[in-house]
Amino acid sequence: MKKLYEHSATELAAMLRAKDVSAVEITKATLGRIEEVESKVDAFLTVTAEQALQQAQQVDESIAAGKPLAPLAGIPVAIKDNICTKGVRTTCASRMLENFVPPYNATVMEKLAAQGAVLPGKLNMDEFAMGGSCENSYFKPTKNPWDTARVPGGSSGGSAASVASCEVPLALGSDTGGSIRCPASFCGIVGLKPTYGAVSRYGLVAFASSLDQIGPFGRTVDDVALLYRAICGHDPKDATSREAALGEVEAKVKGLRLGVPKEYFGDGISAEVKTAVYGAIETLKGLGADVVEISLPSTDYALAAYYIISSAEASSNLARYDGVKYGFSGRRDGTLNDLYLSTRSEGFGAEVKRRIMLGTHVLSSGYYDAYYKRAKLLQNVIAKEFADAFENCDLIVTPVNPTTAFKLGEKVSDPVQMYATDVCTVTVNIAGLPGLSLPCGTGEGGLPIGMQLIGPKFSEARLLSVAKSYETAVGGFAVKEM
Amino acid sequence: MNNNFETVIGLEVHAELNTKTKIFCGCENRFGAEVNTLCCPVCMGYPGTLPVLNQQVVESAVKMGHALNCTINGVTKQDRKNYFYPDLPKAYQISQFDVPLCEHGYLDVLVGEDVKRIGVTRIHIEEDAGKLIHDDSFDGTLCDYNRCGVPLIEIVSEPDLRSAEEAKAYLETITTILLYLGISDAKMQEGSVRCDVNVSVRPRGASEFGTRCEMKNVNSFGAVYRAILYEAERQMEVIAAGGTIHQETRRWDDPKNKSILMRSKEDAQDYRYFPDPDLLTFIVSDEKISALKASLPELPTEKTLRYVNDYSMQKVDAQLLSVNKARADFFDSAVELGGCEPKTVANWLVGDITRILNDRRIELTDTALTPQHLVEMIKLIDKGTISNTAAKTVLEEMMASGKAPQQIVEEKGLAQINDSSALVAIVDKVLADNPKAVEDYKNGKTNVAGFLVGQCMKASRGQGNPAALRDMVLAAIEKL
Repeated sequence: MKKLYEHSATELAAMLRAKDVSAVEITKATLGRIEEVESKVDAFLTVTAEQALQQAQQVDESIAAGKPLAPLAGIPVAIKDNICTKGVRTTCASRMLENFVPPYNATVMEKLAAQGAVLPGKLNMDEFAMGGSCENSYFKPTKNPWDTARVPGGSSGGSAASVASCEVPLALGSDTGGSIRCPASFCGIVGLKPTYGAVSRYGLVAFASSLDQIGPFGRTVDDVALLYRAICGHDPKDATSREAALGEVEAKVKGLRLGVPKEYFGDGISAEVKTAVYGAIETLKGLGADVVEISLPSTDYALAAYYIISSAEASSNLARYDGVKYGFSGRRDGTLNDLYLSTRSEGFGAEVKRRIMLGTHVLSSGYYDAYYKRAKLLQNVIAKEFADAFENCDLIVTPVNPTTAFKLGEKVSDPVQMYATDVCTVTVNIAGLPGLSLPCGTGEGGLPIGMQLIGPKFSEARLLSVAKSYETAVGGFAVKEM
Repeated sequence: MNNNFETVIGLEVHAELNTKTKIFCGCENRFGAEVNTLCCPVCMGYPGTLPVLNQQVVESAVKMGHALNCTINGVTKQDRKNYFYPDLPKAYQISQFDVPLCEHGYLDVLVGEDVKRIGVTRIHIEEDAGKLIHDDSFDGTLCDYNRCGVPLIEIVSEPDLRSAEEAKAYLETITTILLYLGISDAKMQEGSVRCDVNVSVRPRGASEFGTRCEMKNVNSFGAVYRAILYEAERQMEVIAAGGTIHQETRRWDDPKNKSILMRSKEDAQDYRYFPDPDLLTFIVSDEKISALKASLPELPTEKTLRYVNDYSMQKVDAQLLSVNKARADFFDSAVELGGCEPKTVANWLVGDITRILNDRRIELTDTALTPQHLVEMIKLIDKGTISNTAAKTVLEEMMASGKAPQQIVEEKGLAQINDSSALVAIVDKVLADNPKAVEDYKNGKTNVAGFLVGQCMKASRGQGNPAALRDMVLAAIEKL
């Protein structure tokens, strides 16, 4: 018999309604599971057990009072630590914000609270979401549940690892260049990076404002849909947010044209990843999809454009951490410059400083036109190529990562090699499109491999439908015993 | 002042807008509150917070753009100006860089009797920063974030101004327009209007501009005037001594009446402007732009010229009236009521009323005076019901109590006595008391009549009609 913590959120919601289980029991199962495996995965930075039990208690009281239940009522949802939680510290896995307790909630947190979702804690990540392995956390690296000597991917590594290890059924992460899809793929679960603007960014600590999006992780497609449905939609507090909604997701792939861009299956992609993704495409073909080869010729330049744009925005977004108002504060006994220098030298880790310097450089007078301006032009070209591609296909299928999860420490000394792992995912952010990562097989050592579904703007329903068809066809996704 | 040189001036005027809320958050926009009580996570730049543009700011700026004859850019954007300072909590100011909301305008300014056209390069919207407080009782610097996110417009002039007088007149006209549009409190003493002054000098007749210096912290009309005189003189002295002017930013120290070097061009900051990704492009529709244009009131320079043309007023009087919107509105309402000469209304406004206001350091709107009452009072003078002398008493009382002039005249018994029978006794007594004057008059010294009439007025406590009294005095002497 399945343990309580192994159930999907969708199953738990049904059990709660059938009164087979109480919200407190669900939360206790979650907290127990965290206790059991956390020392192996290190996914959490803060566990809010007491608060979670109180929230669950309230849900049980609502049930007892016969009140209607929102879809996520009583369901534990763990939160990446760059999403502001009122009264609960939000560190961005940085020394800079080690003790920062926001006096406000992110809009997504307000939405989850309104549904009665339970917050069990905050999740580890690469510092300020900069990284692809979760090793850039100031506090600790998170481990991949499939092999704890390996990285979970990043930057939302804690989110993916907590869901994959069944600590929680659902988690929120954020994705600027692949930070949801990469760890979902490495950890063998489902992750959705929504269309830019579909989910409010209010309260998401900014890395690169024009690329950042919050999105859901789950072990099933239905679970990801459930959480996405709860958080999407226009927010008057975010000028870049748009109307978005999701209805019921039905498995459907027949008659859809799948575009397969040859640029995403080049030499940099390992053989086992190619094999797995091609295999999944065959499965979808078998389910009635048509497959067309397409070309996205500017893909090679996307990585450069991404690192210029995201670093430029980051250099400005992270300038506010100056030791004056909140967070880590360096020397206060010297000049103003001493305060700035010591705060930012000691408060930020190496990768964050690298990106701030890169971003400052590409925006400086004399370099702006050569870097930032050209990167923005390239952004338009890439977006146009996708738009043109969607004239010929309904969605695009690619790998997520070039390889399976690598070993802890394997790439930390080579930032460029680390950046290259984002090659298949950054284009989606640059073009503002939705991208979904779902498991499509395993490689050497049984490590998960993910495939990426990319659709036109606001086609989340279509991506989830296709993912659900695949999930059904393969009999669901495996969960790693720990 | 060296007459072989010409001073060239351009002004950058920052005006705080008086919108209800701040530019990017819901905080109240108000001056003078307790420190750090009008701020929130958004205007304090807390992690994860986002700005949302207040549309009222755009409307106010577009109005100013129309008032200064600018082209309005219906499609524009906001940019980040990046620099570190403790009063700037995000470490960038949201401003506008290459596409300002308004540009290519001009302003006609009255300088003495002449109208001078000054080019307006651009007007853009931006957020204000906080205030640093240096307190002797505290070893360090304190930050007050109340002013963070207060909406500003920056109005940049072309280098078209040629003297301190012109610059002062331009700045005064700008503040008058801000008040006319009702978009700013325009109080330099509260810092709601601030000014950076660019000054250069060149030999008269030269076509190239000299190297300019920018002076910051110029915070009153007087300071603008003094700063320009000082800086022009300084530059001319440097050149006269064979030196060259270097482009630099200087701070104006008004109490010491001098400018001090802040930073040279080499130390100029690189602000790394780039479009703010949180705000995207914003669009003001053509309909909105037209509607805002149609909503503009008559502006001060137009008003002055209308008063001169329609009411044959002196330009200086017309300008005195129109420079103060409250006074000009009062005047226009009074004229609209009719029944008296506009020029008479103007004389009372720029004369006695302004004198009383200046003496008491108050504004017209602080008094109880209404246009209706002023017109009624002038009618009472015209009808001969009260003398000009009595009218001054009536005016004071109207301003203080808001009572109608007729009521004041009755209560205080100020009505002019036109009835000769009531004056006969006074005339007889004055003549009897002044036999020497009567004798002089009879001997041909007719100018003593004025003295005798004056004595009668005095005896009537100002209520006698002077013309009637004069006739009666002359008639009575003839009969003697």
